[in-house]
Amino acid sequence: MRTGISELASKLRKREISAVELTKTYIDAIEKLNPTLNAYVHLTFDTALKAAEKADQMLKEGDAPLLCGIPMALKDNICTDGLLTTCCSKILEGFKPYYDATVWEKLKAQGAVLMGKTNMDEFAMGSTSETSCYGAPLNPINTAYVTGGSSGGSAAVVCADLAVYSLGSDTGGSIRQPASFCGVIGLKPTYGAVSRYGLIAYGSSLDQIGPVTSSVKDAAIVFDAIKGGDKRDQTSVDYDYGDSLAERLDRDIKGMRIGVAEEFFDGINPEIKYKIMEAIALFEKNGAIIENIRLPALKIALPVYYIIACAEASSNLGRYDGIRYGYRASSYTSIEDMIVKTRSEGFGDEVKRRIMLGTYVLSSGYYDAYYKKACLIREEINREFDAVFEKCDALIAPTAPNTAFPLNHKVTSPVEIYLSDICTVPVNIAGIPAISIPCGKDSKGLPIGMQIIGKKFDEATVLQMAYFYEQNSGIDVGVYEGGARA
Amino acid sequence: MNYEIVCGIETHVELATKTKIFCGCTTEFGGEPNTHCCPVCTGQPGSLPILNQKVVEYAIKAGLALNCKINTKSHMDRKNYVYPDLPKAYQISQYDEPLCENGYIELDSGKRIGITRIHIEEDAGKLIHEKGYTYIDYNRSGVPLIEIVSEPDISSAEEAREYAEKLQLIMRYIGVSDCKMQEGSMRCDVNLSLRKPGDPNFGVRTETKNINSLSFIQKAVMAEAERQADILDAGGTIVQQTMRYDEKTDSVTPMRDKENSDDYRYFPDPDILGFCIDEEKVEEIRASLPELPFDKFKRYINVLGLSEATAKQLIKYKKVAEFFEGAIAEGASVKNAANLIVGTIFSNMDTEEEKELFAIRISAAQFAALVKLADEKKINIGVAQSTLQKMLESGKPVEEFIKPEDLVGISDEELESLCKEAIDANQKVVADIRNGKDKAINMLFGYVMKKTGGKADIRKVEAMLRKFIGQ
Repeated sequence: MRTGISELASKLRKREISAVELTKTYIDAIEKLNPTLNAYVHLTFDTALKAAEKADQMLKEGDAPLLCGIPMALKDNICTDGLLTTCCSKILEGFKPYYDATVWEKLKAQGAVLMGKTNMDEFAMGSTSETSCYGAPLNPINTAYVTGGSSGGSAAVVCADLAVYSLGSDTGGSIRQPASFCGVIGLKPTYGAVSRYGLIAYGSSLDQIGPVTSSVKDAAIVFDAIKGGDKRDQTSVDYDYGDSLAERLDRDIKGMRIGVAEEFFDGINPEIKYKIMEAIALFEKNGAIIENIRLPALKIALPVYYIIACAEASSNLGRYDGIRYGYRASSYTSIEDMIVKTRSEGFGDEVKRRIMLGTYVLSSGYYDAYYKKACLIREEINREFDAVFEKCDALIAPTAPNTAFPLNHKVTSPVEIYLSDICTVPVNIAGIPAISIPCGKDSKGLPIGMQIIGKKFDEATVLQMAYFYEQNSGIDVGVYEGGARA
Repeated sequence: MNYEIVCGIETHVELATKTKIFCGCTTEFGGEPNTHCCPVCTGQPGSLPILNQKVVEYAIKAGLALNCKINTKSHMDRKNYVYPDLPKAYQISQYDEPLCENGYIELDSGKRIGITRIHIEEDAGKLIHEKGYTYIDYNRSGVPLIEIVSEPDISSAEEAREYAEKLQLIMRYIGVSDCKMQEGSMRCDVNLSLRKPGDPNFGVRTETKNINSLSFIQKAVMAEAERQADILDAGGTIVQQTMRYDEKTDSVTPMRDKENSDDYRYFPDPDILGFCIDEEKVEEIRASLPELPFDKFKRYINVLGLSEATAKQLIKYKKVAEFFEGAIAEGASVKNAANLIVGTIFSNMDTEEEKELFAIRISAAQFAALVKLADEKKINIGVAQSTLQKMLESGKPVEEFIKPEDLVGISDEELESLCKEAIDANQKVVADIRNGKDKAINMLFGYVMKKTGGKADIRKVEAMLRKFIGQ
């Protein structure tokens, strides 16, 4: 098993290693592996070294926070003052915000060392990270395969140990699915648990920032550090989680009620289903009560998700007009012409497809049939989850119906790729927390992810169950050959 | 004209909150371009709006003053359209759950013009065209607005003007906006159609946008009604379109459309949670409303006994009414105070703006001191007017211009005998004074002042008393 954040923190405190040395180890590993993996799209070594020096100072003075001096990475849609933040889109070419996202502000205050910004699907729209304007990142487990997406770079840097942890964003599975494909841990918190201020919006009512890590404890540590209400985000909630979740991971699962809904297993790759069933059996063997439950509305969760996310996206992405920031077309005849050319040249196909889809479902004459109906079904999905959580403490499901796709996998229709979000989108629609943890590999040696889904603001149970599984399954994120801690 | 005018007015009023609707930037007018800005009001990626509660409060205030029902449940919507002055490519506004509904404004004739709805929204930036380039100033972006939509109850140019005038006055009274049309803090769009008298159906309407003065509203209604009548008389049909009023030519012409279609793809803004308005909060705001112009007008006539014409002039400007009431509170008489304001003070103010601003150099108390001299007939009205004029020009109090000897009052002989009387009646006090208790002289002042009804010149009284006591 890899050295976790607490062990690294303790080494830093004991001065067995300095933050600058640790950072240099990561720089070396990144320089060696990133040209192949393409997991980072913007490297920030200069600021990282300065941050590491500052962290060493904080460590010397004592009382430094747990994340002080720990090298980490941020998805390229999280705003970083003075550093490139492009959503892996040509339209945000050269964009350097003059403000920090709240999550980055919090981590920076703890002395975090940012190694760079990670690759992603353009504007987080995709499930393979192949829509990035910088080209796809490669799956460190097998470079012939995709990392998943949209937080593919964030999962890859953790998998290949090019960062101790990273932050991703999850609108319909964008943290959990790549975590599953790369064999790492990804937590999507409750909607509102983590501030969205400074996260470049895709689907505002679904987007949530969360950690990607190589252990459940690390996920809890990072979540502890980034959660909390924010006066700059009206949708954030200052929920009282009590003491640190990382300190409360050990919990007897005896008597815990775990729901299993057959709708989550429809059309799932049998190898994945088998592994998940094995995991469920492990919980049962240790005293958990397995409840077979039904979530009928899940069958229509996918269209609901694509309608709501695209509607919000079509509005959120209207601002990229070449006037104030980012890319601007080089020749034009009028302001209107400039805006049209800038957007035509600056956005990729998938983004354009979703903008058009969203514009269509909000148009007068179609609004009631699509957007409004989707919102009504969303309420129904919420009601079904509420009812299920009356009977269960948490649910177990696959993270994705398949393991990683081969790179440049030809699809007949975008819907084929959209279908891979089937297990993750219901969680975003309901705004509830879920984690993806590795639960073995398929016959091709590709990682399989298991999803544990909890009640709103009950990240504690989700993390505790994941921790139990991690400790008892014998499956963990091992050391990566060529990675910084190898 | 053989047609009936059917007209409704949409009014945008900038709210006078200190900060913008979704961020902490100042709402101050002017300033160097793009200096009153932040990531939120310039729509930077990742920024999020936070609804300013003061804006909600001001809008409720406006709704209550316009006799509206306040909806207890409300939310913000996004109105999507592309224009360079709109940095997010959507305006955060309200669509199907406006804050206020179903109010009215009563005209002098007693006719009520219905208010359909009032909602809150953000203003856009401003485009500046210069030397072949277009520049954008986002200082105004995010300034809070309320949009007040009237029913199509207005049937003449005069009514249109009166409606807007009353609306402006009410907003100024309750202090939610300065409603300066020339600075754009109040802007009107006029919707107008014609129909044959008695026809129950509406004709095709046009919208004349962004009218920026009260008299232009009247003129624009007239011009547009005539334009439509000419077309109809010639057997033509009215095209539904957006128009612009040109004050130089006093005519209404079609405007180039910003967008081909009017599909704004409204949907609830996911960044701002829906909100509930507490009934108690509404009542609290209702209780905080000042006396409104119409009520004040009635009171000036019925309680203070002023003529309609005078009352109308006094209530027309909030600061004038405040000044008038301040002088009354200081003891000035209603009639003289009103006449001196309307006669003398207003003659120094040529424009409506000056009266609205009412920047005068004397206080209500100083004004009252002068009025009281006239009330007590110590000076005649002619002297009062000329003295007031001098006070206004110099900013100096009445004592600077009217010396005690100018006053029509008590003669020296009368005063002497009163002083002697005071000494005779207060021998013990006199003894005290002689023994060094100088303050005791106040007792004697009080005696004399009481006898003269406060008219005596205190310095003169002191001199006389001291002479008689022998000090």
